Amino acid sequence: MTNVSKLAALQILIGVVTFSANASAQTAAKAPDPATVDAYLKSTFGKAPPEWQARIEPDETLKVCNAHRNEVPSAEADKIIKRELAKVAYPADGKLLGNWKEGQKVANNGRGGQFSDPEGTVAGGNCYACHQLELAEVSFGTLGPSLTKYGKDRKFDPDEAKNAYTKIYNSQAVVPCSNMPRFGANKVLTEQQIKDLVALLFDPESPVNK
Amino acid sequence: MKHAAAGSALAAILLFFSGLAAVAQDASEKEIERYRAMISDPLSNPGYLAVDRGEVLWAEKRGTKNVSLETCDLGLGAGKVEGAFAQMPRFFADGGKVMDLEQRLLWCMQNIQGLDTKDVVTRRFSGPGRASDLEDLVAFIANKSNGMKIAVQLKHPKEQEMAAVGEELFYRRGGVMDFSCATCHADEGKRIRLQGLPNLSKPGKQPQDTMASWPTYRVSQGALRTMQHRLWDCYRQQRWPVPEYASDSVTALTVFLNKQAMGGEINVPSIKR
Ligand code: HEC
Ligand code: HEC
Repeated sequence: MTNVSKLAALQILIGVVTFSANASAQTAAKAPDPATVDAYLKSTFGKAPPEWQARIEPDETLKVCNAHRNEVPSAEADKIIKRELAKVAYPADGKLLGNWKEGQKVANNGRGGQFSDPEGTVAGGNCYACHQLELAEVSFGTLGPSLTKYGKDRKFDPDEAKNAYTKIYNSQAVVPCSNMPRFGANKVLTEQQIKDLVALLFDPESPVNK
Repeated sequence: MKHAAAGSALAAILLFFSGLAAVAQDASEKEIERYRAMISDPLSNPGYLAVDRGEVLWAEKRGTKNVSLETCDLGLGAGKVEGAFAQMPRFFADGGKVMDLEQRLLWCMQNIQGLDTKDVVTRRFSGPGRASDLEDLVAFIANKSNGMKIAVQLKHPKEQEMAAVGEELFYRRGGVMDFSCATCHADEGKRIRLQGLPNLSKPGKQPQDTMASWPTYRVSQGALRTMQHRLWDCYRQQRWPVPEYASDSVTALTVFLNKQAMGGEINVPSIKR
């Protein structure tokens, strides 16, 4: 090999190296590597109590949701539904409807889980943050669909009531990567609170159905 | 007194907003917009009291070195305040990292003034009878970028990393409610209860209007607040742990949001609910 051709080969080599370095720098700017993100998180939340830090550690399902920004491919979606459905615990006695009056309170209560909440605060479901329910309540959010007349529209069908229990217990058992919290699976709400909410949606006497 | 009208204007604002809950949505959003425009002037916006206090603090000699902050380099050269906020956060070679205005002020207090910043950090968010040097300084410095356009720096690799990590954090779900910033800020025309939510996921007018209006005087809190406080409050609503003040994730989110808000014309302190 002549010196000239050696030089040419070297230049090609350097060219390739530079090119791939550029390419990876660009992808790095698009999606930073997980270790970098973790370092940032540590600098900001690293002093929080361990149980708080555990809460922001994404589980299997959230890892997939985060990676796809909630637009999961169907194969992944099926896996999420299967995994999340397995987490749903139904009442032992099979009774799904509690007390709609208690359900009203749970739906209106937005407290719990915030670092400003005193220890032992009973968490609410904060349903009104995202849903319209009773027509009389004008302060409702729109991140989720309106749930007015929810039970009535479904002819108070017991199967539909069970679906609603499942939905509230674990929204992602129904819609993968739903923006709605997994209230039962994440232990935000108790079984009784969820039953009271199902009653709010499915009791014919509930103001939601008036 | 320069801001004599502030008190009575404040009373009017409080009256206006306390009637709001009953009114609800779209029409009232427009009203707020109109009202905001009306009171965004120095004589009736109490946020300008913070601007005045910040101006005094900037020139006050403090710390073991007994010097003022007037030689602090905010990115455009020692002591140059005009336009500096519009280009922050940015990379500072002397500190070896990207800093937002609050991080930079703490750096200058420590390194130029020789000031122990423990007390200043304790008072990072003002409360009744407790002024915040940082809120006041931010009000003063940010105000000196009024009329200028948001032009966050993205040339340095560390600035690019900040923008990329900020975007990642914006979409990162977690906490007992599985929330991320995107849960509340990635759709058009949504609201939580009655509060309208800006869509910050796409570059353009909504992030521009948002980012160009912070720091702001928050009527409901009776205090001037900075982006550090806004994101602290959003992480609270997100059910995440308390974010460390002036830490990297908060700055990364600010870089990302300012990238979305590029070109927005700054007019601060604004006034908000
Ligand atoms: C952060 C917002 C949010 C909160 C809080 C929330 N939801 Fe939802 N909910 C949604 C969204 C978004 C959907 C639609 C997508 C889906 O089905 O997952 C939804 C869907 C539903 C549905 C199914 C509606 C249908 O199409 O049949 C029910 C039932 C429901 N929510 C009940 C509740 C109840 C009860 C609560 C309070 C415990 C609640 N939600 C709290 C966002 C929320
Ligand atoms: C649970 C819902 C929720 C989550 C999650 C949330 N925010 Fe917010 N955000 C709000 C509300 C409510 C407001 C106040 C809107 C108002 O006052 O009208 C707000 C306001 C803001 C503002 C100021 C808007 C303005 O016009 O002044 C910014 C910026 C912002 N959020 C960014 C974020 C970022 C970044 C995150 C993630 C760390 C986040 N938010 C997470 C609900 C949320």
